[in-house]
Amino acid sequence: MSLLLSMLAYPFIVRAFVVGALVSLCAALLGVPLVLKRYSMIGDGLSHVSFGALAVALACGFAPLWFSIPVVMLAAFFLLRIAESSRVSADAAIAVLSASALAIGVIITSLTTGMTTDVDSYMFGSILAMSRSDVVLSVTLAIAVLVLFVVFYHPLFAVTFDESFSRATGMKVGTYKTLLSLLTALTVVLGMRMMGAMLISSLVIFPALSAMRVFKRFRSVVIFAGVLAVICFCVGLIGSYLLSTPVGATVVVCDLAAFLACAALGRAR
Amino acid sequence: MEEKILLACHDVSLGYERKPLLEHLDFTVYRGDYVAVLGENGSGKSTLLKSLLGLTPPLAGRIDRSAQKAGQLGYLPQQTPAQRDFPATAEEVVLSGFLNRRGFRIAYTGKERTAALMHMGKLGVLELKDKCYRELSGGQQQRVLLCRALCAANELLILDEPVTGLDPAASQDLYKTLRYLHERENMAILMVTHDVSAALREAKTILHIGQKRWFYGTTEEYLRDESGRRFGTR
Repeated sequence: MSLLLSMLAYPFIVRAFVVGALVSLCAALLGVPLVLKRYSMIGDGLSHVSFGALAVALACGFAPLWFSIPVVMLAAFFLLRIAESSRVSADAAIAVLSASALAIGVIITSLTTGMTTDVDSYMFGSILAMSRSDVVLSVTLAIAVLVLFVVFYHPLFAVTFDESFSRATGMKVGTYKTLLSLLTALTVVLGMRMMGAMLISSLVIFPALSAMRVFKRFRSVVIFAGVLAVICFCVGLIGSYLLSTPVGATVVVCDLAAFLACAALGRAR
Repeated sequence: MEEKILLACHDVSLGYERKPLLEHLDFTVYRGDYVAVLGENGSGKSTLLKSLLGLTPPLAGRIDRSAQKAGQLGYLPQQTPAQRDFPATAEEVVLSGFLNRRGFRIAYTGKERTAALMHMGKLGVLELKDKCYRELSGGQQQRVLLCRALCAANELLILDEPVTGLDPAASQDLYKTLRYLHERENMAILMVTHDVSAALREAKTILHIGQKRWFYGTTEEYLRDESGRRFGTR
């Protein structure tokens, strides 16, 4: 308890707790339909695009968030289209896009500012990166995601389970998918500066995978994924404070441990 | 009283990118019909299905989708690999059938829950309602999806190769269920299938498409027709 109090004495850690827990929650919730629809790679692709966008913003002196949010949203829209089309193989297309964005980001950085601590923190995350506006944004994002999942739970389930049936019975499938990818884009942009571009996609994928090992009801999977993600983030943040390790990597290791535990539990049943 | 039209094609042409596979298609599905759609691979069966469901517009002509507009259409799509390991209970899947164009809701009503359980009882999957969808056998999964289609429909069922991947016993069971729905509940059925012998045995009407010509008529007429003699008696 005194450990927690001493941590919370630092305002930047408080901000990291709030933003991180909310972003983890959003990522985990959005991750369930994404993983089930086989769109896990979109999160990964978005994080690389997000890195490229931040590098460009930094080089040109734009406000990093306000520049990268629209860029990444645009990318999310395109990645979804790519993943949907059967003509190109989606995983290859996403891999190409994310590698290109990363390469462009790295080149622009080395030509302008060089590999500063800012850029390094974009790659692997930093606990210092969270500002007040991040807190405001993440609260807004969390409200939007929660509203989506509470109010539109049933249509979301239907679209995730069976797109062609939903389309045939007249649901607006495209709207839900666009909404999902836009919210994912926002989550990735917000989370990547703390978690790192390389690690943020694990927030999307791990909780959903873990929950699917243990639970059989869609509702339970969604709720457990959200709860597990928040717990893993808090444990990871405390762990990184104690061990002075990077926060993103520590959180991912916690997620991995939780996944292994869930997998063992699922197997034991 | 005139028979109720559920679905009709008026001079419809179908195909990809302006290259028609099929032209001047004309047929009407009435209440209580049982239609099997036959045709070789690539003859345009899936394109036809997409157009009948309103997912892709036809190249020309008009499709009257009265049943779908009235929220009376249920659809049994082919399963995707992603679905086979989906974490949801059978009941959750069946209930999602109520989410059609009649509008959006936050929770299902008690009436809908009862109806869903009744459909599951009728199709013999009631005891599976709390089981996970991915733990069901292929035949059971197909019945659960059929229950979902029933939740969405009360007039017309459109089935896309319903017995693909089922073993012979499960296929026979599914046909028996469809016969029950057709005869007892007066449900109209339109079924795309590769299973010619079952189509001739079960359906009353055959729609055969392929090689730019098409046939629509009763099973007897079909067997006398040229395309039926070639295709149906193999």
